Amino acid sequence: MAKNINIKIDGVDVQVEEGRTILDAARAINVNVPTLCYHEDLCVAGNCRVCVVEVAGAKALVASCAMPVSEGMEVLTNTLKVRAARKNIIELLLSEHNADCTNCYKNKQCELQDLASEYKTSGEQIYLDLVPLKNYTIDDFSPSIIKDDSKCIRCQRCVRTCEELQHVSALGVAYKGDKMKISTFFENSMFDVVCTNCGQCINRCPTGSLIERNYVDEVWEAIYDEKKHVVVQTAPATRVALGEDLGLEHGRVVTGKMVAALKRVGFDSVLDTDFTADLTIMEEGTELLTRLKKALVDKDPTVKLPMATSCSPGWIKFIEHTFPEYLDNLSTCKSPQQMFGALAKTYYAQKRGLDPENIVSVSIMPCVAKKFEADRPEMRSSGYKDVDYVLTTRELARMIKQAGLDFNSLPDDNYDSIMGESTGAGVIFGATGGVMEAALRTAYEIVTGREVPFENLNITPVRGMDGVKEATVKIEGTLPDWNFLEGAELKTVTAHGLTNAKSVMEKVKSGEADYHFIEIMACPGGCIGGGGQPIPTNMEVRKKRTEAIYMEDTGKPLRKSHENPEVVTIYKEFLGEPCGHKSHELLHTHYKARNRY
Amino acid sequence: MTYNKLKRIDLIFHEDCDCSQVLEKTFSKSNDEIINDILESGLKGRGGAGFPTGLKWKFTAEQPADERFVICNADEGEPGTFKDREILFKVPSKVFSGMAVCAKVIGAKKGYIYLRGEYRFLLPQLSKALDVFHKEIKDLLDFEIIIQMGSGAYICGEESALFESMEGKRGEPRNKPPYPTVAGFRDKPTVINNVETLVYAFMICKHGPTKFKELGTSDSRGSKVFSISGDTPIAGIYELELGMSLDHFVEEFGDGDTKAVQVGGAAGFCVPRKKFRDTIIGFEGVPTGGSMKVFNSSRSMYNVLHNYLEFFEEESCGQCTPCRVGCQQLIKGIEAVKKGEQKAAYLDQLLKLSETMKQASKCGLGQSVANSFSSIVENFREEMIY
Repeated sequence: MAKNINIKIDGVDVQVEEGRTILDAARAINVNVPTLCYHEDLCVAGNCRVCVVEVAGAKALVASCAMPVSEGMEVLTNTLKVRAARKNIIELLLSEHNADCTNCYKNKQCELQDLASEYKTSGEQIYLDLVPLKNYTIDDFSPSIIKDDSKCIRCQRCVRTCEELQHVSALGVAYKGDKMKISTFFENSMFDVVCTNCGQCINRCPTGSLIERNYVDEVWEAIYDEKKHVVVQTAPATRVALGEDLGLEHGRVVTGKMVAALKRVGFDSVLDTDFTADLTIMEEGTELLTRLKKALVDKDPTVKLPMATSCSPGWIKFIEHTFPEYLDNLSTCKSPQQMFGALAKTYYAQKRGLDPENIVSVSIMPCVAKKFEADRPEMRSSGYKDVDYVLTTRELARMIKQAGLDFNSLPDDNYDSIMGESTGAGVIFGATGGVMEAALRTAYEIVTGREVPFENLNITPVRGMDGVKEATVKIEGTLPDWNFLEGAELKTVTAHGLTNAKSVMEKVKSGEADYHFIEIMACPGGCIGGGGQPIPTNMEVRKKRTEAIYMEDTGKPLRKSHENPEVVTIYKEFLGEPCGHKSHELLHTHYKARNRY
Repeated sequence: MTYNKLKRIDLIFHEDCDCSQVLEKTFSKSNDEIINDILESGLKGRGGAGFPTGLKWKFTAEQPADERFVICNADEGEPGTFKDREILFKVPSKVFSGMAVCAKVIGAKKGYIYLRGEYRFLLPQLSKALDVFHKEIKDLLDFEIIIQMGSGAYICGEESALFESMEGKRGEPRNKPPYPTVAGFRDKPTVINNVETLVYAFMICKHGPTKFKELGTSDSRGSKVFSISGDTPIAGIYELELGMSLDHFVEEFGDGDTKAVQVGGAAGFCVPRKKFRDTIIGFEGVPTGGSMKVFNSSRSMYNVLHNYLEFFEEESCGQCTPCRVGCQQLIKGIEAVKKGEQKAAYLDQLLKLSETMKQASKCGLGQSVANSFSSIVENFREEMIY
C-alpha cells in the first residue's frame, strides 16, 4: 500500500497517497483548480500552466498537475499572485486563439471559453491579436476530421492521444517558438497521413481546433426533400451516450427517447444498426468456422488465421497502414453500418417498394471514422453510395436541439420494421469484447447445439477495461458436422485502443501468440468511448456507458444473434445462407495496403 | 558590500598536466573523499544556475539505480558566451578527466558530451583527443565517453530538454521533479555539468580544495572563465577571480564610454552605469554563465532588447503558454510602444507579463526572459518610448 502524505491546501489538511499530484489532492477536497492541457486519459504535459498554484518555499509558482505532493507541503490555490498569473495566461491564450466564438462549431462547448468567462473581468483584449500574423489555413480535406490551427492552444492533448492511446502519431509538434504548431508528417493534410480517423483527438480537443466534419445541414435538407425517403440507423453505443449531450447523466440508456426524437425530427424510418450487428455475427461467425474447417480439415495452407474483426473502421485503416501483410487475416465482413447501408438500398427498398435512388441512408454513430468508411469506394455495392451521411452522437444531439425537442420528456418509442429488430448480442457490439462475446454465443451453439457455458450467457473474461484480454473457450460435445473441433481450444484475444491493438499484432507477428480469433476496437472502451461520443469521455464515463450497454443486453428477451427473427427472415427471403453468394456481393468487402507514413 | 579587486587567474588554460597521472592520484582516494573535496572547495555550476557541484554528484551517487550517466553540457548557446568552445579547443583532456572523476564517484560507465551543433568543426580534433584519452585511462577506469552532436536549438542546453534531444525526441524541457540526479538521461540518475564546471572539478582534484577556495568570496568561490564582447577594445576570453565589482570590470574592459553591461547573456541582467559600483559579479550579486557584453553610449537599448526578444521568440521550444505567447507579446508590445500604437503605460502591462513568465513558465528559458526585459525596460524606459 502506498504511503500517505499530509499536506495543507488553502488551510485545509488533506491526506493523499504518495505519488499523487497537488491537483489530485485539490480535487479530493473539491477545490477547483482550472486545467487545459490536463486530461485523465493522458500523461501529464504541464504545458498550459493555467493550473499554477503557490507552494510555500518554492521560488516560483508550480503547475499543480505536474507537482507530486510531499510531506508538509503548504499550497495556496487562489492568491492574488496565482490569479494574476492565470489571468495573464488565459489572456495570452486568447491572443493566440481565433476567438470568433459565435461562428465556431464548438461555441459554448469550449474549455478556453469557459475559463475566459470565469477570469475575464474587463471587456477588452489586453494583449495584441496574434492570429492575423500567422496565415492559418483550415485543413478540411478529410471526410472525417477538420483541423483549424487558428483555434489551437497547443495543449498537445491531441498529440498525446494520437501517440499514447493510439500509437498512430499522425499528429505531432512541428517547429519551435512562435512558429510551434501541431502538425502532421510533412504538414500533409489529415487525409493524406496515417490518421485512422478515430477522432479521439477531437474528443479531447479543448477548443474548436479539431472537429468532425458535420453533415447536419445536408441531413436536414434530405429530410425536407419530399422526393426522398430518409432512413436512419443508430449504432449500439449511441443509445447509452446521447443523453449526456442533452442534459442527462453519464451512461443513461435513452434508446426509446432517441427513437422518438428521430421520428419527431422527421426521418421516414428509424431502424437499428443492432440488426446488422446480429447479421454480422451470422456472417463473421460462419466465416470463422469456415476458416477453421479449411485449416484443420482441408489443411488448406492459404487460409489465414487468426481471423480479426472488421467492424471498427479506425482499426481497418490502422492495419492497412501499419500491418498491411495481415490484411487477409481481417474478416471480409463489412461493418454493421455498411451492411445496413447495402441492404437499405436493396432488400429494404424492394420490401418497401421504393426506388433506391430516392433513398437517403443516414447513420448515427459514436464514431468519426465511420464518415471515412462510408466514403470508401468499395462501399457502393447497392449501386449507390450505401450510406449517404454519417452523423456522430454529438451531431444528433445538435439536431435534436435544433428541432426544439425537450428530449427528456419524450415518451419512449420503438424502432420501425424491417431491419429494426435486434438482440442483446447486437447491443453489446458497443463495448469492447462485445463482438467477441456475441460471436461466441452464436458460434458455440452452431457447433455444439448448446448455449455457451457461461452463466446467463455473460462471457465475462472478454469484458472490462483491461487493454488486452485473452480468453480460451474449450469446445466439447460437438454436433456431427463439427466433430473436427471436438476438444479444441478456441484461443481469442480482445483489445481496445490502437496501442493495445498494436501490441497484439506484434505478438501475432513474432509468433509469440497463436490466436484463432481477434477482436479489435480502435477506441478505448470500444464504441462507447468512440471519437464521436459526447465530450468529455474518460475512464469513469466509459465505465458508466459500458454498464448501460450490458444492462440493455440483459434486458432483451433475445440475446443471441441467430435468434433475431428478422435475421432469420432476411436469410430466408433474400440472402440465402450466411457467406452465400448474395452475402458476398453485398455484405463483404476487401482492403488495401496503405503507406506507413 | 564586500568585493574583490579584479584579478586575472591562469588556472584552466595555462598549466599543462599529465591528466592520467592526476587521475591515478585522485582514484587512490575513496569516493566520499573526492566528493568531500568538491564540496569543501565550494564549487558551484558554471553554466549560470550555480548549483553546488559536490551536492549534485552526491545525490546522484546515492540514488539507487542499475545505471548512471555523466553528461557534459557543451551546448553553449547563450548569446555572448564562447568560453566552452575555447576550453574544448585548448584543453579537452581536462574536460574528459573531469568527467572521469565524476564517473568514478557516481559509478557511471558511460559519459556523453552533448556538443553544440555549431561546434561541429571541433569534432575531428575532439574525437582524436578522446581516442588518446580512452587509451590513457584504459587501466584506470571502465569508462567511455561518447560525443553526441546537438542540432542547433538553444533550448537543448536546458538539461532536461538536452536529455530528450539525446533520446532522439523533440528537445522540450520536462516537468521537474524528478530532477536529473533522480531521473535524467534515459530516466537514470544523471550528473549533467557544464564544460567549465568539469574542468574546475578536475583542477580541484589536482590542487586540492584549498587553493580553489582561497579565490572568490564566501558565496562565489574560485575563478571563472568570462566571454567578454561588445564595446570593448580587448574582447576575448579571460579567467577572472569571482566577486569583483562591475565598476572594476568596466575600468579594465570598457572603452571609457560604457553605458551598460549585459551580464549573463540574453537570459541575464542588464546593469546600467549608475549601478556598476554596487554590482558584484557572483552568485551573491549578478551571476553569469560567462557572458559579459559591454555597451557604450552609441547603442540603442531598445535595439538591444529587441534583438534579445527576437532570439527568445524563436528559441522558445513553444510548449508552454507563458514562454511561447509571452515572448511574442513582449516583442510586438515594445514595437507597438515604439511606433506610438500603444501608450507608454503598456510597458507596465508588459512588465506584469514578464513577471508571469518568470513565475509560471515551465523551464529556465521562459523564467529568465524577464531578467533582461525588466532590467532594460526599467533602467532605459525612455529609450523604449522615444
